[in-house]
Amino acid sequence: MLTKKVKKRISFLSLLLIFTVLAVFFILKSLNNNILYFKSPTDIKSEQDTIINKKIRVGGMVKKNSIKIDNEEIKFIITDFKNELLVSYTGTVPNLFIEGKGVVAEGNLKDKKFFIADRILAKHDENYMPLELRGIIKKDAK
Amino acid sequence: MLSNIGNALLFSNILLGISIIYFSFENLRNKEQRVSKKIYRLSLLQSTLIIICFFNLIAAFITSDFSIISVYQNSHSLKPFFYKVSGTWGNHEGSLLLWVIILTIFSFLFLIYNKSHPKNYRVYTLIVQNILILGFLFFILFNSNPFGVILPTPSEGLGLNPILQDPALAIHPPLLYVGFVGSSIYFSAAIASLITDYSDKLFAQSIKNWVLISWSFQTLGILTGSIWAYYELGWGGFWFWDPVENASLLPWFAMTALVHSLIALEKRKFLYFWVIILCLLTFILSVTGTFLVRSGILNSVHTFANDPSRGAYILIFLSLMIFASVLLFFKKFKTSNYNLNANSKETFILINNWFMIFYLITVLLGTIYPIFTEVLTDNKVSVGPPYYNTVIIPVVIFFLFFMAVGPQTKWIKNKFSNLNLLIKILFGAILINFVIIYLSKSYSLISNFIIISSIFLILSSLNDLYKTIKQRKIDLSRIISHSGFGFLILFIGLNYNFSLEKDLNLKVGEARKFENYLLEFKNLQLKDFKNYKAVVGEFKIKNLKENLELTLNPEIRIYESPNTITYEASIRTGILKDYYLTMSNIDRSEYYNIKFQKKPFMLWIWISVIFISLGGFLRLFKNEKNY
Repeated sequence: MLTKKVKKRISFLSLLLIFTVLAVFFILKSLNNNILYFKSPTDIKSEQDTIINKKIRVGGMVKKNSIKIDNEEIKFIITDFKNELLVSYTGTVPNLFIEGKGVVAEGNLKDKKFFIADRILAKHDENYMPLELRGIIKKDAK
Repeated sequence: MLSNIGNALLFSNILLGISIIYFSFENLRNKEQRVSKKIYRLSLLQSTLIIICFFNLIAAFITSDFSIISVYQNSHSLKPFFYKVSGTWGNHEGSLLLWVIILTIFSFLFLIYNKSHPKNYRVYTLIVQNILILGFLFFILFNSNPFGVILPTPSEGLGLNPILQDPALAIHPPLLYVGFVGSSIYFSAAIASLITDYSDKLFAQSIKNWVLISWSFQTLGILTGSIWAYYELGWGGFWFWDPVENASLLPWFAMTALVHSLIALEKRKFLYFWVIILCLLTFILSVTGTFLVRSGILNSVHTFANDPSRGAYILIFLSLMIFASVLLFFKKFKTSNYNLNANSKETFILINNWFMIFYLITVLLGTIYPIFTEVLTDNKVSVGPPYYNTVIIPVVIFFLFFMAVGPQTKWIKNKFSNLNLLIKILFGAILINFVIIYLSKSYSLISNFIIISSIFLILSSLNDLYKTIKQRKIDLSRIISHSGFGFLILFIGLNYNFSLEKDLNLKVGEARKFENYLLEFKNLQLKDFKNYKAVVGEFKIKNLKENLELTLNPEIRIYESPNTITYEASIRTGILKDYYLTMSNIDRSEYYNIKFQKKPFMLWIWISVIFISLGGFLRLFKNEKNY
């Protein structure tokens, strides 16, 4: 027979185990639901099925002479020098949002050519290159 | 000249560190009961020299000695005096020097403030701490020397990044460093405690004040960083779950768990090995955070010039630290038998620790997950606020309830005699919640729960205060910290639900109406300042319902050194709400990009955090008085 003390300990440990498993499951599940994939315009074009309902990040350069602004929205084109993506955005742009410079837009794809952004990211540094972009530019330089 | 003095001082500090370790071992071998006078003197000299070394660097920054690389890269002769000084620790090299100063001073203070504890324990703490000091001194001298010289001497510096020129950010690093570098001393003490088998109550007493100091400062450090982000980054938010912010939060969770479990160790000789793990973990997380931020592995909004070789050094140092402490821990670990009653204060302290570890793991996973996906699957991902919100917010609700009930329980065996009162308080909280909804507007179910549970915590803390005043055994520090946390969550909840945000593109002279507000873009002016030029906008905001009219002047600043544009938000801080306006310009266009925000209770969010850390300071003074 198990003593009372051992029984207590077993129930305590199994409770702890259940809690831990639940917590880890919960964490991993929300992690999976909430990560943002980073894509370049070329990635989007070459993909078989376009993810429409999931938020993603798109990065590239702001195409020269592509920014158009009216009193509702800002439209511009993100390019990785091979493919382009039209972006529509309502909101404030960061101070290094300049034509010909790197940019990362966060939002949803409408289709393979059109992206609706709800956040524009750029770092507050004149030499900033989004980490995700370095790969792309390097590939391009070859 | 200054550079030579600095290098000489750094070098002599290395010699001092080595000799302290040498004499400490010698001191351990002889039979004398006291720590030898020589060690005291050497430690005092070590602290003095490192402080002089730091003032030397400050002097270089003030006099704009551009022959020193770190001054050349981070200062400018036209910069205001205040920011010349704060520029000293606003860069990688200088901040590492600050890091070593705190290691050294804490080492000395721990030595002289713990005279009642056994010699061996104190001397081993000193040895471990000096090994850490040496590790960082070598790092400074060979990899990140703040006194490195550049030839030929440039005539002007590159300037400090303008967004770092801010009062909150000037005091942010010192506060934060006292917090997480301060945790080194109980890392060392924990190792010494394992080596000398000095455990239980007395060990808890020897480190609890140091834990409180670092915890309180860490809280303030996180606060100033958050205030800076709110004022300077122009998004109107105060917490972005950015890797750098997470790096400061991770040790905070471990420290908070430690503050609580130390009480159990001191009062009940319970959880000794768990306390040791937390002591080790706190400092390891601090160094890990530094590694992640400085090595450039993680992408973040904050800028520290990155350099992989720095990362490699910190990583090696970190692995050695983890390896040694884990090895020692398992060598000394024995299972202890403690008869834990499910309904007792011990259990509630354990529950607090589980919550903290849960938060810690959540934030840690979210922070490092992108590294793993990049390495394993070559997918570039980022983890944003939605992840943290979905995982943490529901758990916080339960946490707040436990936080309200826990402190009133008794050690060993508890009976809930006041269940009735708790139910009354719960109904009170629900009632207040519905009054808020009735007076303003409704919000989501989860917000309801958050607001109810935070009010529950506040009310039961107040009830606690009333009860303890009547019994004359008042524990003000705990009540202040706990109710401060309740207020923090309450105000964040209200802020989140009652914020108003509107993005507009306007030309000069245009006006736009939205909700109850009329926003008018009146005027645009160009102004010259000492180290920058500014385009200042004049905006008039009218609330059509209330009789409110105010003018806000956001700026676009153009700095020449370094050549940068920044957007300065114009914020009208009020007791109940802040009005927040930013203006930005878009290439080749007459339109200005305007973001208007109404942020309720911002001031109270800051005040709540000050209260949380105030509790820590109060407990510290109380402990000192009781000695």
